[in-house]
Amino acid sequence: MTDSPSPDAGTTDEGPVTTIVTPIRVDYQYTAGLAQSRFLKGISEGRFLGQRCPKCKKVYVPPRGSCPTDGVATTDEVELSNRGTVTTYCVVNVPFAGQKIELPYICAQVLLDGADLAFMGLVQEIPADQVRMGLRVEAVWVEPDQLAPNLSSVKYFRPTGEPDAAYETFSQYL
Amino acid sequence: MKTAMSKRAVAVVSFAQSKNVRREDHRNEVEMLLPVVSEVLGNVGLTKDEMGFVCSGSSDYLVGAPFSFVMALDAVGAWPPMRESHVEMDGAWALYEAWTLLNEGEIDTALVYSFGRSSPSDLNKVLALQLDPYYMAPLWPGPVALAALQARALVDSGKATEADFAEVAARSRVAAVDNPYAQVTGNTSPEELLAEDYVAPPLRRHALPPITDGAAAIVLAAEDRAAQLCERPAWIAGLDHRIETHALGARDLTVSPSTRKAAVGAGLLVDEALSTKAGPHIEVDVAELHAPFAHQELILKEALGLSEKTKVNPSGGALAANALMVAGLTRIGEAASRLMDGRAQTALAHATSGPCLQQNLVCALQAERPEGRGARA
Repeated sequence: MTDSPSPDAGTTDEGPVTTIVTPIRVDYQYTAGLAQSRFLKGISEGRFLGQRCPKCKKVYVPPRGSCPTDGVATTDEVELSNRGTVTTYCVVNVPFAGQKIELPYICAQVLLDGADLAFMGLVQEIPADQVRMGLRVEAVWVEPDQLAPNLSSVKYFRPTGEPDAAYETFSQYL
Repeated sequence: MKTAMSKRAVAVVSFAQSKNVRREDHRNEVEMLLPVVSEVLGNVGLTKDEMGFVCSGSSDYLVGAPFSFVMALDAVGAWPPMRESHVEMDGAWALYEAWTLLNEGEIDTALVYSFGRSSPSDLNKVLALQLDPYYMAPLWPGPVALAALQARALVDSGKATEADFAEVAARSRVAAVDNPYAQVTGNTSPEELLAEDYVAPPLRRHALPPITDGAAAIVLAAEDRAAQLCERPAWIAGLDHRIETHALGARDLTVSPSTRKAAVGAGLLVDEALSTKAGPHIEVDVAELHAPFAHQELILKEALGLSEKTKVNPSGGALAANALMVAGLTRIGEAASRLMDGRAQTALAHATSGPCLQQNLVCALQAERPEGRGARA
């Protein structure tokens, strides 16, 4: 190669091109799958449906159709309690765009009674500084006519007033 | 030339696939994979815990979900923690990675799987995103348009006619009648196919692959382990893959030098210059060629110097079912199946990736156990 122009040729007056805009939009049709469809239908009826692994007997909620440990199909459907235990939580103090809930608020992992997988939800009706591991809570659902197959149907979890669960009962789910 | 021959004798010992369908709208990826993984392991009486390595091939762009391959691991069960890898490519390249590791001698078995949902979005858009992001992707050339450019170049070169494309498609559909997993089958004559309207001249509907959702899996095993697991292992005699530039304008689209180089690497051809030797150059019992578009089969056959005696795509090939990221692995599985059930003694499997046969993989398979080079002595 001879006489090739310098890389800067033609750009020295205005400087190099640093940005180009190439808009991209691709739409997808999501397939929830058999297990997740059952779960979402349950949510639209105001109940939590999980699935049990036939091998290790663990109950997964939300279910994805398989046991991630054993790699076998979970076919046994299990209806779970509306109540559970806060296994761990965090207090959110940082505002962000699109935020709808008043600060501070609590984001918690809730182990529904009978489940082997903690479920993420908000905890309300309790001052943020009183939330604790082991706190017993129950799901508060939206009004029946607003139930839909998505997790907005669960408004939040609130304390039940029961004594705290012993650490040993949820220590395996942290 | 250094070839990618086996250091150890490695074989395909099991293959399973899902039924290929236009749209899998009930099951998610994990639910599609579960029965396939279960069958491929069950065929050889193994559990996932006995796998030395697990490798998958898929693309998040197809379902529009980041890390969908991580979620797909739920179909295998990654506990206790396993040795695992993934390629954002067809499963044939996942098999290449597993084969490489088996050759190193640390492991004796590997599970390879792939899944592909081509239906959730518009493939014309999704596949345009694999192109050069500055000069090509913003123009949104779809895969059919690019394939038509290639087909046009082939017709203009005088190497093939539209009737040849119809011949390929008709033969694929007839072959696929016996394939219970195929999607496009039928005893249609080339003349009937030629009467179809053009989709993108010179390509008519029959020269295009179907849009397919599907999954496939293979178990590989090395040396005596393979012989224990399978009565007639499909031994991999050689395996190699090569890529060409992404700049379509810089390529002669009527030929496939990367396929030929890969065939040399896999030990099927002595050198790249076929003209130095009288043809045919490759004569195997069966060749499964991953040619999503009918004219690409003609290009591949020429690149390989494939004998007329070789049975091409007895499964129906990618014109009968083309689950993206899966169809290449399926070619290896289909070719291997014919060795495992004794219908063939030698086979070639090919997989492609990218627009207009940009990247190509060639796998040589044989019923006779090759001599390992004693990596393990």
